[in-house]
Amino acid sequence: MSLTSTLFILLFYFSVSIFVIGLTRKIIQYWRTPAPLKIPIAPAPQTLPKLYLRMFREVFLFESLFKANKWTWFFGWVFHFGLVLLFFRHLVYIWPGELPEILLHSSPLRYAAFPLILGLLGLLCRRVIVDRVRYISSPSDYLMLILLIAIASTGILMTFFHNHPNILSVNNFIQGLVTLNWSELPEEGIFLAHIILVLILVAIYPISKLLHAPGVFFSPTLNQVDNARKKRHISSGNLDIEMNENEQDLDNNN
Amino acid sequence: MSDIKVEKLKTYIETPSIEIDSMKGVGPFKANKETQEELGFPGEKVDNWKEVAINKIADSVSKYRSVQVFLDICVKCGACTDKCHYYLGTSDPKNMPVARQDLFRSVYRRYFTFAGKYFPKLVGAKDLDEEMLDDWHNYFHQCSQCRRCSVFCPYGIDTAEISMAAREVMNSIGIGQKYSNQILGKVKKIGNNLGMPEPALKDTLLDLEEDIEQETGVAVRIPIDKKDVEVLLVTPSADFFAEPHIDGFVGYVKVFHQSGVSWTLSSYASEAANFGMFIGSYEVMRQGALRIRKAAIDLGVSRVIVGECGHAWRVAYSFWNTLSGLGSGGGDEYALQLQRQLDKRYPQPQHIIEFTYDLIQKGKLVFDKSRNDHRVVTFHDSCNIARGSNMGDIENGQFILPREVIKATCSNFVDMPIETIKVSTYCCGGGGGLLTDDLIELRVKGALPRMQALKQAEESDAVNTMAALCAICKSQFSKVLPYYDFDPYMIVSVHQLVGEAIILDKESKSKN
Repeated sequence: MSLTSTLFILLFYFSVSIFVIGLTRKIIQYWRTPAPLKIPIAPAPQTLPKLYLRMFREVFLFESLFKANKWTWFFGWVFHFGLVLLFFRHLVYIWPGELPEILLHSSPLRYAAFPLILGLLGLLCRRVIVDRVRYISSPSDYLMLILLIAIASTGILMTFFHNHPNILSVNNFIQGLVTLNWSELPEEGIFLAHIILVLILVAIYPISKLLHAPGVFFSPTLNQVDNARKKRHISSGNLDIEMNENEQDLDNNN
Repeated sequence: MSDIKVEKLKTYIETPSIEIDSMKGVGPFKANKETQEELGFPGEKVDNWKEVAINKIADSVSKYRSVQVFLDICVKCGACTDKCHYYLGTSDPKNMPVARQDLFRSVYRRYFTFAGKYFPKLVGAKDLDEEMLDDWHNYFHQCSQCRRCSVFCPYGIDTAEISMAAREVMNSIGIGQKYSNQILGKVKKIGNNLGMPEPALKDTLLDLEEDIEQETGVAVRIPIDKKDVEVLLVTPSADFFAEPHIDGFVGYVKVFHQSGVSWTLSSYASEAANFGMFIGSYEVMRQGALRIRKAAIDLGVSRVIVGECGHAWRVAYSFWNTLSGLGSGGGDEYALQLQRQLDKRYPQPQHIIEFTYDLIQKGKLVFDKSRNDHRVVTFHDSCNIARGSNMGDIENGQFILPREVIKATCSNFVDMPIETIKVSTYCCGGGGGLLTDDLIELRVKGALPRMQALKQAEESDAVNTMAALCAICKSQFSKVLPYYDFDPYMIVSVHQLVGEAIILDKESKSKN
């Protein structure tokens, strides 16, 4: 086993552990923290199906952002949409065993890298150019975009300008991580850079603003049904209320 | 009118460039020892304030999912940066919702997150020091908790939640805002924001009965503390004496007279407003709600109706059921008693607009619209009603019902530009505990977006009357309209329009 491969194996375990443990802890924390009062923000859905519809529009279409600012929406949406497509495309690298039919035809998805990087560059420009957004930006906000741009650039370089490593050998490496039957990682420089950047991203996920992805589902302004008069809202935090037992329902049935 | 530089109104709302520290200052007056202690807060700034504050922050994030999640997940996209009326009116970047939250978030990061503990500069984490505390007091009292930012945030992040938490932290170390905390003390001692004792209240109501009879020739009763009637009306105490509120109150009284529904006020619960929300204190807010529950049970009413007040309606509609079981579905002793007592045919609690709207739908009220023909009316959606409540239990009912009531009583109604009303309505500039003279500059500047929209409506449709459903909005507008060359009397209660147009029968059908 080469030194590089050994280091990367360790790095993989390290980053993924932080990701899984950190994210799980955060999600449990969000889950357990009570939402003592009904605070849905208008236009608030009055029924559960409408609530799901609202969450769908927020999560997949960024509806509120669309209302707020068309440029930010456009760059943000294009970036995230590209991300989803590329995530799907990358399944070929980690899929255990025989690839499903659909993944065999996923190669055109690689072009999603272009809207992705366009979106990122747009967001970066906006952060630099608009005085209000510049004011609220910390170094980490720029670095996050730069990190993502670097990941996208190395990916684009490999895919469109260099030969990227053999899918099978990468897949083998990943399977080796899972089965503890480690194998060598291809050692092309750009590829290794791509991997290391992704591992950094994965490792900082639970300690950064990337928590917005799981967090949006826990946002009480978005995830509550507007029915406070009809159904008493009790969260485990309403400790002072005289309740009978059956009323202490779990945290969040909305 | 004090000397505040007011920009000439433009024809549309413009996003200004940032002017750093343009609203830096000492903030509103701080509450004195007596006021603080009355509410159970330390009388003055405690010696180990930093430690106490940080513990209180830990407490807030563990008790409020909103605070925990909102502090973590903001991506600084900037969507909210041009949505706050205080930013639009003052250009101070700390009045951008995200920057206001960041005063809290930077401290949270410093003491509670890995990145903030070890790489503070990288993630904008900051120490909680004297300077930061001053900024907290100043800028968290430049937020009216109107929640407009939350509408536009892709994650629904609600600055009001953060500013409530921040005010609670400040109170816990002995730094309170004089205006809000004094008022809360009066409610606690006397039962209403004005500190108007029972005899004075009763006198006022008697005078009002006489005034109405003189004006209309109809003997209209204003019952108080009457048992076993149908409706308990809980309204902001400003309705009993302030202008233009009182004309709206007369409107409710006339509607009750015509409705044939027996009703009463309560001298014990003579206040619908609940500033406990403004200072972010669940406990203080709950105490206010419990007074009303007690009055409802003691008086044996079957319906509770809330008068024209913005945040009171949010508290009543969204929180009462949780806080006191006044609503449906509660299972504790008091809630069960309320369930037996309250009339299930009606939503509980109900807004006075819902009550009047129902009567109009049933054809029980007759109006002479021509009495309002000198008016071209527009409607200012009050933030807490628009973004934190509903009416009629239909989608967007909180926007539809008041407009329908106005249209039933006035021939000329027009809306202000769509981006400034309904869910996107701009705050009057005085909500959230800021309706105090020591914040007059902020109040005038914060009213700018609403004033601009009103200007547009004035120019395009000759609007000369703005109706509202909130005691704070009404007081605030009366005060700031002249700064923008409007007539201060153009702000009216929706029920003033109702009261002016309604045709009264000599005898009420009610058994009052």
